[in-house]
Amino acid sequence: MQLALRDITKRFGALVANDHISLTVEPGEIHCLLGENGAGKSTLMNVLYGLYQADEGQILLDGEPRHFSGPGDAMAAGIGMVHQHFMLIPVFTVAENVMLGHEATRLGGTLDLDAARARVREISDRFGFHLDPDARVEDLPVGVQQRVEIVKALSRDAEVLVFDEPTAVLTPQETDELMAIMRQLRDAGTAIVFITHKLREVREVADRITVIRLGKVVGEAEPTASNAELAALMVGRAVELTVAKQPARTGDDALVVSGLTVTDAGGQVHLDDVDFTIRAGEVLAVAGVQGNGQTELTEALVGLQQHVRGSIRLDGHELVGRSVRDVLDSGVGFIPEDRQIDGLVGAFSIAENLMLDRSTDAPFVRRGAVQRDALEAFARDRLTEYDVRAPGIHTPVANLSGGNQQKVVVARELSRDLRLLVAAQPTRGVDVGSIEFIHKQLIATRDAGIPVLVVSTELDEVVALADRIMVLYRGRVVGIVPADTPRDVLGLMMTGERPSGVSA
Amino acid sequence: MSQTVTPASVPEAAEPVRIAVVSAKTTVVLAVLTLALAAAVGLAAQSGDTSFRLAVPTDVVRLPTVSVPSTATAWIVVVLMAVATAESLRRYLARRPTPLWLVALFAVVGLVGFLAWAAAGGTIPVIGLLAGSLLLAVPLVFGALGGVLGERVGVVNIAIDGQLLLGAFAAAVVASLTGSAWVGVVAAMAAGALVALVLGVFAIRYFVDQVIVGVVLNVLIVGVTSFLFSQVLTENTESLNTPPRLSAVAVPLLGDIPVVGPILFRQSPLVYLLYMTVAVVTYALYRTKWGLRVRAVGEHPKAADTVGIDVIRTRFTTILIAGAVAGAGGAFYTLVSVPAFNREMTGGAGYIALAAVIFGKWDPIRSTLAALLFGFASNLQGVLSVLGSPVPSQFMLMLPYVVTIFAVAGLVGRSRPPAAAGLPYRKG
Repeated sequence: MQLALRDITKRFGALVANDHISLTVEPGEIHCLLGENGAGKSTLMNVLYGLYQADEGQILLDGEPRHFSGPGDAMAAGIGMVHQHFMLIPVFTVAENVMLGHEATRLGGTLDLDAARARVREISDRFGFHLDPDARVEDLPVGVQQRVEIVKALSRDAEVLVFDEPTAVLTPQETDELMAIMRQLRDAGTAIVFITHKLREVREVADRITVIRLGKVVGEAEPTASNAELAALMVGRAVELTVAKQPARTGDDALVVSGLTVTDAGGQVHLDDVDFTIRAGEVLAVAGVQGNGQTELTEALVGLQQHVRGSIRLDGHELVGRSVRDVLDSGVGFIPEDRQIDGLVGAFSIAENLMLDRSTDAPFVRRGAVQRDALEAFARDRLTEYDVRAPGIHTPVANLSGGNQQKVVVARELSRDLRLLVAAQPTRGVDVGSIEFIHKQLIATRDAGIPVLVVSTELDEVVALADRIMVLYRGRVVGIVPADTPRDVLGLMMTGERPSGVSA
Repeated sequence: MSQTVTPASVPEAAEPVRIAVVSAKTTVVLAVLTLALAAAVGLAAQSGDTSFRLAVPTDVVRLPTVSVPSTATAWIVVVLMAVATAESLRRYLARRPTPLWLVALFAVVGLVGFLAWAAAGGTIPVIGLLAGSLLLAVPLVFGALGGVLGERVGVVNIAIDGQLLLGAFAAAVVASLTGSAWVGVVAAMAAGALVALVLGVFAIRYFVDQVIVGVVLNVLIVGVTSFLFSQVLTENTESLNTPPRLSAVAVPLLGDIPVVGPILFRQSPLVYLLYMTVAVVTYALYRTKWGLRVRAVGEHPKAADTVGIDVIRTRFTTILIAGAVAGAGGAFYTLVSVPAFNREMTGGAGYIALAAVIFGKWDPIRSTLAALLFGFASNLQGVLSVLGSPVPSQFMLMLPYVVTIFAVAGLVGRSRPPAAAGLPYRKG
């Protein structure tokens, strides 16, 4: 089935999320929709899937104009979607999830689970997925859950399949497998829309590429285009894809972590006997698929975790058991992984956010009163220094773009006297321009002789920043390897396999 | 750098590592209860025998009455309870949880001991105690089922008490006017659904906090029914507040089974309606297309939306059904218990039903059992005060509520409510 979008326009108040976007996807073709976060890709797909109503424009299937008032209509017309955040009910089984919404029933509305199981087995065998129809979805690994999403779409005879940022949660190996599945589906005649911002994947699998920037189609590209060309199209200017840095000039051991074990209130172990050391002036990057203990590691370093055993020594001083205030005062800077939840107070101004973790004494507070003048002068300086694009220092941070919000967090943390910087997902959901800037700041921090711990689930970022790479899997250290370790080796390590010759 | 990759040994565990976390709560509760009974028996020893009557005069086959020496039985029970507590302690020290059967055994044995002590010199009508418990639990079970349905679809229903009260009011008035108790039951269900409709409009349509709407509705209904009672019903008691009763009807054959028959099958028709409702709700929730969709909406409404399920409509229809179920429980007060409406006659039963929902882990069968437990506590209090037990009556009045608090706060263990319960769904 051929899918065509004609002049789709979608506005949210004054913001034009999609501005006359046109796109055609042929059967048996993988059409890549490339764009930065916030470029309008997901909005476009939500229009296609009936979750949003377009303000202008048409959706055509095989030349017929169609109108979808909800996802039910879109699915009935043969459009399936694999969502970035899986739309699966965690406590249901695979079969129940697949049948939901188009349940086969026996007399009196009784569910026909046998029919659903058979359907899951049939589709899963066709593509070699090996899905157990009776497994509970929450017990399955993320990669397998994604297959459940694919089976769900296929069980409704989808002829157009939309993959919305499908690789964000996958290991490199799982990503390769997904690519193979996409090719297999294409060869079976399915029209595939693949939404991503990762250049490597686009070039590997796309038959055609459409680039979107700020809600508009800015061009088409061939899969043979180079990374630099694609990045320039996506961002609108030439971009430096690599981080320029000198070899590290390392000093003494600064952060020494030994036997670190973190459990949650339910007794589940998230970090299991972790040992590592970071020297002054060195970046240790932590690689691994999301949810393998990275969050707990960074939070334990700052004192945010409750059940911590083992030792964290910074310049010889023990940090375990001390309050967050104490830890911050001993010179630990922390860029949390979710700026909206842990990094900023959205309704506060930029200036107020810049003093969030310095609200106890001078220079911003004297005798319990906030020193407005000192704060505003400081905020104005940081705004220029860190290139935060905002109307002024009194703008609420919630009104800023992701990249500018993140720069506010980085500015706040780096403007203290640091002895250690912990950066969790420093560029998640940030535009390419801001990524460049933040990376430069992190490297500058390292060059000032400060030990830096960077956690990222993007292997590209890990490789770009690291002096050494530590791979975490299920809360344990698989190995600590040099920054020039081949990607496929890192990928394997992220699945828990330790290459010979690598010591833990 | 050349490295050969071997499928190495590192994290071999397929399951996430867990350290067993065992709570000492159960053990502590068992120990406290054992000591409490020992103290009671030791400080206020009662002489004489206690009889347990296992039959009612109308039985075809009559079981004999069992008599036991009061103090001796109580002491034996204390020893048995101490043994059970020791076993629980042993398991706790070995980092293992106390199994449910041990708790159940402890409860039954402890209860026998307590009754033997408390009713020394008297006779406990076992059949009457249990049949009365079931009857008193009727509004609680209906309310709890309404609560389970609401929470399973993602709407927290604090207004169960209001639904019971308005149901009781509607049943009294409509049954009086029409002269038919069954029309009264239908009116009660309609009243419950009406409350649910108001809840739905505010909570689902306008995203008002569900707990606040529910509490406000309860207060509003207390006010409205009290006002109408004093202004309208008391002036026209004859025509508006003398409903016919749904008197007990024995089921042929089943009603003649010893012990079980008189407890379960010589009850008001409303109790038989209750059996059917429990069965239908349980089946519908777990085995039908409708139930699958209800649970999906309560767990992950957005996912349900993306497969074409209308979240708003599913929530509305489900809470209307839930309201009707809870409303039917209200009919108990005016058509079964006392054949007249009185102000605030539910006495907060809706909140106990809510506790039964949580104690029952959002499952219709477990919640029904929890509601039965609370019904038992209420009835035990009544029976013991008639027998003249040594426990002060004010203390006995607290019993159902104490049981509720212990049940919900102490013994629930790990349970998980429907993930989207209480959260309004906004598209986009």
